[in-house]
Amino acid sequence: MSNNILEIKNLKTSFRINDDYYAAVDDVSLSVNKNETLAIVGESGSGKSALAFSIMGLHTKAKIDGSIQFKGEDIVHIAAGKLNKLRGNDMAMIFQDPLTALNPLMTVEDQIGEALLLHNRQLSKTKRKERVIHLLNQVGIPRPEYTCEQYPHQLSGGMRQRVMIAIAIANKPELLIADEPTTALDVTIQAQILGLMNDLKEQMNTGVILITHDLGVVAEMADRVAVMYAGQIVEIADVYTLFQKPLHPYTRSLLNSIPAEDSVHDKLHVIQGIVPSLQNLPREGCRFKARIPWISEDAHEENPELHEVTPGHFVRCTCYQQFYFPEEKVEEESSHGTS
Amino acid sequence: MWKFIVRRLLITMPQVVLLSILVFIMAQLMPGDALSGLIDPNIDPSAIEEQREKLGLNDPWYVQYKDWVTSAIQGDLGQSFRFKMPVSELIGQRLVNTFWLSLATLIITYLIAIPLGITSGRYNDTLRDQLINGYTYIGFATPLFIFALVMLWAFGYGLGWFPTGGSVDPGLEPGSFAYIMSKVNHILLPAISMALITTVNTVQYLRSEIIDTKQKDFVITARAKGASESRVYRRHIFRNSLLPIAAYFGFEITGLIGGTVFIETIFSYPGMGLLFMESVLQRDYSVVTSVVLLFGIASILGALLSDIILSLVDPRIRIK
Repeated sequence: MSNNILEIKNLKTSFRINDDYYAAVDDVSLSVNKNETLAIVGESGSGKSALAFSIMGLHTKAKIDGSIQFKGEDIVHIAAGKLNKLRGNDMAMIFQDPLTALNPLMTVEDQIGEALLLHNRQLSKTKRKERVIHLLNQVGIPRPEYTCEQYPHQLSGGMRQRVMIAIAIANKPELLIADEPTTALDVTIQAQILGLMNDLKEQMNTGVILITHDLGVVAEMADRVAVMYAGQIVEIADVYTLFQKPLHPYTRSLLNSIPAEDSVHDKLHVIQGIVPSLQNLPREGCRFKARIPWISEDAHEENPELHEVTPGHFVRCTCYQQFYFPEEKVEEESSHGTS
Repeated sequence: MWKFIVRRLLITMPQVVLLSILVFIMAQLMPGDALSGLIDPNIDPSAIEEQREKLGLNDPWYVQYKDWVTSAIQGDLGQSFRFKMPVSELIGQRLVNTFWLSLATLIITYLIAIPLGITSGRYNDTLRDQLINGYTYIGFATPLFIFALVMLWAFGYGLGWFPTGGSVDPGLEPGSFAYIMSKVNHILLPAISMALITTVNTVQYLRSEIIDTKQKDFVITARAKGASESRVYRRHIFRNSLLPIAAYFGFEITGLIGGTVFIETIFSYPGMGLLFMESVLQRDYSVVTSVVLLFGIASILGALLSDIILSLVDPRIRIK
């Protein structure tokens, strides 16, 4: 399939803690197409960023198994020089916190210019400046000639994230990874940045991986959604299916945790417990089991696998078939009582 | 930029005034005064009293302070009773020697610190780093005056590679090539001895700065742009790590002053430090106050210099 630009198979990223390796990304397989936004959602600590860093080859001390095919080439065990030709050129990344992701001692022009220079040594200084100004225009920065000369500390958070985006799209990448690009920004700026990313994606035909824990952002931006829990993908589907017919207990719990407009007085749904730490992850059985203790043991699979429920809609484990929210049960019982 | 420097210079003025007052008060508290060392105690006390009155030694302290400051500004720092010559002239000779010694020490300090700090920070927790760390711990633990003595004994007396005292061989024409080489030769051993000990601070400082900067987000951004590892270090990590080192430069000068007192005494190198030491021991009152004042001013200028350097390299400080 020529449309497919990234194909990840059985990716396992492990970190060393006290002489043992623990997988933060455990057996993840997914693919991204051109002009498609794949959202990856999950709580903090579910391995979303570890996955993104694995794709970009940014882990310095992790053990990575499995394969990542990018434009038909396996980039897991690629030589550093070759990887540097891809990074920033064919694939680029936008980071979570624009306040710290820019070098405080370099001007905006130098930082964007560096991305251009690294992949095009012939570019003259004046040509480079032209390109930088064009990019700043593209990301909607007013007065780009003036901003060029500025240092990051002179820019607002939203402006810095725009500069980050300009760096990322400098060489028209085919794959853009955005790791929670709007979490550090306030809401009005969030909408602008997301709109900008969508426009650029359409213009450049880029495949986008959007990492977020904001389901509102997912609904707005994504074509497909992968839900991650404890290093695994627990459900993957196109965005309409996922919001209308969520299956996995974790996905349903996440969606149920969004405050709804009409339920001002209701208590918010809270998922019991916390994401287990890397060392305490249950490596066998359904990883979400501990957080839905009211579901009977038999509902879970022994070795949960992804099942294709409808074409393109995958769910891990069988426990979704018997899942219900505890408060629903109470309501049902009480309604039985009154009738 | 200029605004910043001018403003920073203005802050320096009250510092210098405060320093001069402190130095003056401390000098007043010392037993004896400018006269007591000069006169024969068998002279008639009333004559001494008359002389004191004439010299202004019976005036209130602020009048004396005013007199001292006005003449100091005009370059008159009084007379040294030991050398029987004006203090300003005496200091003039010694200052040049100390200046060259300090400059040589600074250069050697950074020549050692920068490569060692960079290696140690970049390859932290490897054998290389542990070796460098070992050296810095030994450096921290070794008192300068003992180390300098050992160096003098080994390279000066034992191996005879370097002269063991003075600042230049006698009988050479000032300004000739042999004269300059002799000067350099006299400076080298004390400068190396001092640099080897004082550099460990900077090595450790640079090491921890690099380890710190390595983990910053903008370094990941640089890698994500496709920068090679050597470029990431060159362009992003080192420059950001050198900032605090530049800030530390001024304190380095303050540290040097303390160091020169020991080093010049041990190597009998005729500079300000040795002059200070001798004058204290011999109660050469006007020389001591002048030297302390100059040391103080040098420290203040050191801090000023750090701030200016830092504002040149760090855009965040350049704001109006």
